[in-house]
Amino acid sequence: MRLNLKIWRQENARAKGGMVDYELDDISEDMSFLEMLDVLNEKLNAADEEPIAFDHDCREGICGSCGLMINGQAHGPEVTTTCQLHMRSFKDGETITIEPWRADAFPVLKDLVVDRTAFDRMIQAGGFISVNTGSAPDAHATPVPKENADRAFDTATCIACGACVAACPNASASLFLGAKITHLGELPQGQAERHERVLGMVSQHDHEGFGGCTNIGECASACPKGIPLDVISQLNKDLRTALRHAPS
Amino acid sequence: MTEVTLPAGTRNGSGDAAEYFLEGEPLTDAKAPSGPIEMRWTNRQFDSRLVNPANRRKLSVIIVGTGLAGASAAATMGEAGYAVKAFFYQDSPRRAHSIAAQGGINAAKNYKGDGDSVHRLFYDTVKGGDYRSRESNVHRLAEVSVNIIDQCVAQGVPFAREYGGLLDNRSFGGVQVSRTFYARGQTGQQLLIGAYQALERQVGAGTVATYARHEMLELVVVDGKARGIIARDMVTGEIETHLADVVVLASGGYGNVFYLSTNAMGCNVTASWRAHRKGAYMANPCYTQIHPTCIPVSGEHQSKLTLMSESLRNDGRIWVPKNREDRDKDPRDIAEEDRDYYLERIYPSFGNLVPRDIASRAAKYQCDAEKGVGPGGLGVYLDFADAIERMGRKTVESKYGNLFDMYARITGEDPYATPMRIYPAVHYVMGGLWVDYDLQSTIPGLFVTGEANFSDHGANRLGASALMQGLADGYFVLPNTIRDYLADGPFEKVDEEHPAVVEARESVESRISRFLSVKGTRSVDSYHRELGQIMWDYCGMERTEEGLNKAIGLIRDLRTDFWENVKVLGSAESINQSLEKAGRVADFLELGELMCIDALNRRESCGGHFRAESQTEDGEALRQDDDYAYVAAWEFAGGDHDLGKPVLHKENLVYEFVEMKQRSYK
Repeated sequence: MRLNLKIWRQENARAKGGMVDYELDDISEDMSFLEMLDVLNEKLNAADEEPIAFDHDCREGICGSCGLMINGQAHGPEVTTTCQLHMRSFKDGETITIEPWRADAFPVLKDLVVDRTAFDRMIQAGGFISVNTGSAPDAHATPVPKENADRAFDTATCIACGACVAACPNASASLFLGAKITHLGELPQGQAERHERVLGMVSQHDHEGFGGCTNIGECASACPKGIPLDVISQLNKDLRTALRHAPS
Repeated sequence: MTEVTLPAGTRNGSGDAAEYFLEGEPLTDAKAPSGPIEMRWTNRQFDSRLVNPANRRKLSVIIVGTGLAGASAAATMGEAGYAVKAFFYQDSPRRAHSIAAQGGINAAKNYKGDGDSVHRLFYDTVKGGDYRSRESNVHRLAEVSVNIIDQCVAQGVPFAREYGGLLDNRSFGGVQVSRTFYARGQTGQQLLIGAYQALERQVGAGTVATYARHEMLELVVVDGKARGIIARDMVTGEIETHLADVVVLASGGYGNVFYLSTNAMGCNVTASWRAHRKGAYMANPCYTQIHPTCIPVSGEHQSKLTLMSESLRNDGRIWVPKNREDRDKDPRDIAEEDRDYYLERIYPSFGNLVPRDIASRAAKYQCDAEKGVGPGGLGVYLDFADAIERMGRKTVESKYGNLFDMYARITGEDPYATPMRIYPAVHYVMGGLWVDYDLQSTIPGLFVTGEANFSDHGANRLGASALMQGLADGYFVLPNTIRDYLADGPFEKVDEEHPAVVEARESVESRISRFLSVKGTRSVDSYHRELGQIMWDYCGMERTEEGLNKAIGLIRDLRTDFWENVKVLGSAESINQSLEKAGRVADFLELGELMCIDALNRRESCGGHFRAESQTEDGEALRQDDDYAYVAAWEFAGGDHDLGKPVLHKENLVYEFVEMKQRSYK
């Protein structure tokens, strides 16, 4: 395949970025999208031009490192991670626009690499169950109904790639938050800190500069792990309950 | 080349690798307590001295790597009140490669009442390691496995459950009891997120400081003790000095030396290798686990191999065409009598469920005999046609649907209609830095956990045991053993101007400027690919004296060429992924040679390591217990870009509780 690429280049967080055009030939449809970028980078390197920086690691769709806006869509035209997107999803001669995630809370560090540490800070604000090592009761002491365990699992599959934020017109991280609130809220172990958790995480979310949720649903449709939109309803419900019970 | 003083008793090497190494004093004390094996860990914990809570915050710990072993250790040490700093090259600890483990985690809970016990898990693991792991360590692993599950469940890890609300188990990797806990096909992810959340809780509480996008590039050793690291901030390029009372490496495995592997792209050996060069011994580096069920390479562009769960072998049948000319045919047009179900034919009692090393090697032999299918002839069929006929497509979908979808996405083929193609790939390494029973390396104050150490898996890691070791080390073992070391505190203060610190920092700086100043013509990736091919061809599934000798020569030439011809563009003051890779590949170029020397020295077949010179009459792997029942611990004795003659220290393996037997799967 032959491709015309328009790629965001930006020297560092302070520099002004811009789109740069590249042409690429001999791309096999069996390549993953990132392998296509590898080929481009080898070509740039050979021409003494600095390769394009992009985040990636496991290339198995699970670590959540990779994430590009491809033709304006988070992770591109298929519902998957960028590393599991293959060139057979594109046409010979196509023009492909590649940009980093777009959100104030995800500042660009270089080219296509953004800073997603805001997600970690939201977890620090309550996205856990407080249990010290060595003091846990026997695992069978707390049965969990299968429906709750399955729902917890379905929402625990979030890989924190940030596609939900990138896809949202308001750059809201509500789907990410809702996934964690639901995961821990479905389990008996997660009840003790339920109110504190949602208050802490939402407060940190707003502090980081993510936008509010207006129920457009772009987040869920872009999510490579199929986190359902109704986790946001759960988030709002928990938040209302917690606010009612919060000490004034 | 720097001359090093060799310990007394050093003599020339012997055997196949004689000219490449020297032999030093044996390692005689691995610090395991003596006495009944089931009391050793209990006794060790009691004997380990305590540190009072008020003193803990004055003691500092550096942890490199935040996968299962590192994140769990950082969280636990933070909870205990020590001042912890955790470093990782990814943007978040949650992205460490432990996340990609699929299958499950073993624990001797005996929840199924099927006769499992700590002793049985211990026995299976020693046997599965082909009698090349330590009994004391493995027994401890089996003991704490029980606590790991409790800990993870309490954290909210969503393990699979039965309708009664209790945890479900399955059997895994040819074991006869159901002891594997799992969270669908994402057990590693869920366990890592549990550890990550525990870690972030401590960050929020102020006991742990995390350093994202930081790479350890040198170990600081002061007066013979590990006292800190030199790290590069991968965003600003700043070279930072971090000093502490103790350093823990939890930096994972080095399977990426093969370039193509199931490891994440960033997995590397640098933290371990830099420590090795400073005096930490590297043990059994040639032990590599090859996984039989990966999606084959599709072309030269390939950067990464993807594992398909081994569970597919429960129902899929593996075959190749009997006739070479049928290789390009549509497999559905190949008649039953023209198919060779070679595993069922050669191993009638285990069939398609033979252990990983045997399945892998058998696939290689078929492809070597030009019967392989798919691009480049490097693949064998994994066929579900019979299973679909027997169970119906719906049942197959419910059991393996996600794996079939993944296969279809990557290859563009429909595995329900045509057989999948699979080929072995490098998956995990059992070699790593040598540690004693306390997980302490040969450098006092340097502890090594998880895949980065060598201690628990022997020559052939069993399925669902790597996650177990990572969490055992991090949550339960290290926090207990390191305490004894820290009880010697307060330690003498070291400042950034100490000559040993300055020397470490300067060596990092000069190495980086060296990479940028070569200004050659070849990309870092091209060296990595070439090294990987050499390693796969000569130090992969099957090794020979001739091949390994050839590989050592090729690697030495490639390394020389690297330092003269590598091309790294850009600057050191910003994100520079070529520069990051250059440092890692430079270390792989040295490690690769040591792996070949280790493989050359070990003239026996064990686990995934098959020496063609050591096989039974019918071509099966043959251990040589009289000569090689030892851990090979290598001491660095080289110079700048040169291994010199590494010194081999042998630690004899003694089996008091498990009888050594030849494995047979016929």
